[in-house]
Amino acid sequence: MNVQNKMKVVIAEFDSTAELMRAAEKIREAGYTKFDCHSPFPIHGMDSAMGLKRSGLGYIVGFFAFTGLTAAIILQWWASVVAYPLVISGKPFFSYQAYLPVTFSLAVLFAAAAAIFGMLVLNKLPRLNHPVFSSELFKKATDDGFLVTIESDDPKFDESEVKKYLLSLGAKRIEVAG
Amino acid sequence: MDNRMVSVAAEEPLIMGNQTFHAVTDTISKIIEGKTPKLWYLAISISGSVALMFFGLIGYLVWQGIGIWGLQIPVAWGWAIVNFVFWVGIGHAGTLISAILFLLRQRWRTSINRFAEAMTIFAVICAGVFPAIHVGRMWVLHWVFPLPNQMSLWPNFRSPLLWDFFAVGTYFTCSFLFWYLGLVPDLATLRDRATNKIKKIIFGILSIGWRGGNRQWKHYELAYLLLAGISTPLVLSVHSVVSTDFSVSILPGWHTTIFPPYFVAGAIFSGFAMVMTLAIITRKIFGLENFITVNHLEKMNKIMLVTGMMVGYAYSCEFFIAWYSGNIYEQFAFINRAFGPYAWAYWIMVTCNVAVPQIFWFKKLRRSVPVMFVATIFINIGMWFERFVIVVTSLSADFLPSSWGYFSPTKYDIGLLIGSFGLFFTLFLLFLRFLPMIAMSEVKGVLPQADPHHHGHDIANRRRDS
Repeated sequence: MNVQNKMKVVIAEFDSTAELMRAAEKIREAGYTKFDCHSPFPIHGMDSAMGLKRSGLGYIVGFFAFTGLTAAIILQWWASVVAYPLVISGKPFFSYQAYLPVTFSLAVLFAAAAAIFGMLVLNKLPRLNHPVFSSELFKKATDDGFLVTIESDDPKFDESEVKKYLLSLGAKRIEVAG
Repeated sequence: MDNRMVSVAAEEPLIMGNQTFHAVTDTISKIIEGKTPKLWYLAISISGSVALMFFGLIGYLVWQGIGIWGLQIPVAWGWAIVNFVFWVGIGHAGTLISAILFLLRQRWRTSINRFAEAMTIFAVICAGVFPAIHVGRMWVLHWVFPLPNQMSLWPNFRSPLLWDFFAVGTYFTCSFLFWYLGLVPDLATLRDRATNKIKKIIFGILSIGWRGGNRQWKHYELAYLLLAGISTPLVLSVHSVVSTDFSVSILPGWHTTIFPPYFVAGAIFSGFAMVMTLAIITRKIFGLENFITVNHLEKMNKIMLVTGMMVGYAYSCEFFIAWYSGNIYEQFAFINRAFGPYAWAYWIMVTCNVAVPQIFWFKKLRRSVPVMFVATIFINIGMWFERFVIVVTSLSADFLPSSWGYFSPTKYDIGLLIGSFGLFFTLFLLFLRFLPMIAMSEVKGVLPQADPHHHGHDIANRRRDS
């Protein structure tokens, strides 16, 4: 369909979460970088097996929570002190105690949006097309399959080598997509 | 660090019937992929008609004005506000289950969190309708937003009614995002199972290209954890803010500091009752007894027992404070509540909310599905009456006897309450038919074979650690 998209992906299926994890450790030690382990649910301990760093999403969310908090205070101050001062029971225009609920809500709102959209950005989603989607085997990734994918833009990639290596790790089935 | 390392060998399995991963996918997906049950058509034709009546009544209300309700002075807040608080309260269970129980590592939540969250969203939609139509001129509803306008008018940020708007708006948005985040892996499952092109395109777009790689799960899991973390104070704050609509006023019966925790406990109580009502029907109709087991229901009954006791405590504490304050208006408000013209409503409330949940002290009753089903219906009714008692009795008899009054609903009040149930059930039925009602990826994650150390040698180590 797409002539420019020449990326190939080798997909290998493993039997269980334990085997997938073992394979991940071996593949990392072998020096591959563009590989991933697919499973229908997150597997605990997989991050360290694959040698992944902790997600940086927390900093994004923290930044936006703080932005929401600041924006809420500025908004309420500006609306109640500058733009439309209302005298209510002789209370000060800047009644910061009363601003707490809205400030909290907006901080949460910004943080929640940042969590979702930050996750999408970090995961490079939405991405509706990907070479692996042409594979039948890959459909198991969202059902009951534990799959390893190694992409052709990995500097160590050599199709036959990769296949042989994955089989030596105990892969049950291998497919090449792309 | 790893919560899955705690041995649960002594407990009964969370999911019954020795499920394989594929069996989980199959059981849940087939509900959506299979033929629509006849019962579903029957149910949605009833609830859809009621929902249409709801919209019709709203149309009439816009045309005619809120004079069609039983509102008058002194009871200027009637069923619309009662219904609003009732529905927002119900909307608390979903986020409680998905956020607080997640942080508390209650893994049994995975079977019920999806449809509890869906229920939350639909309940908040129903809730949001009522204040929106209560403002009368709903075509200028956007004035509550702090938006620049030709009148240079800005909202009053010191008003609890505005706080409410922000709190409920944020709550709806966060609950929706949380729900959608949880749905993404399951939508990807449906995409990969899709047999025709239309389904493939729709689920393909909705699942945003999810591939289930660990490089994606890493960010996904942290996003889920962070959302749970920020939703936890949020879910506690929403009904607290709703309670300030009342407690910030100086009206006897409303002006009490116990309101925020009291409202939150009541919200969790009523929300769980509604989740239970729906869960019991759904698991029976769709044969999901292995996924939503009696153990799940029992755990929820325990939460209802606790929150029911908290609500009961709040009822008695209010009386104590009224007496202890020495304020005659406050004292009168409470004596009038229990023994005045609305005594019938008060005692319905106490019976349903305080007496009924006491049956859950007994294990046999706690594990009996018919018993708990009837109990949850009573609690749903009781919690509606709680809000009725709070809103109407306090307003109907305040300081001056000359301005007292008695509120009676009109047929439009009743129609809108019933209509909101129609909308709620219609949305819920659509959800059951078109989206996976149980979080497949999360249920798979709590199966014993999901643990990479399941068959390994270190089970003994785990026992020792825990």
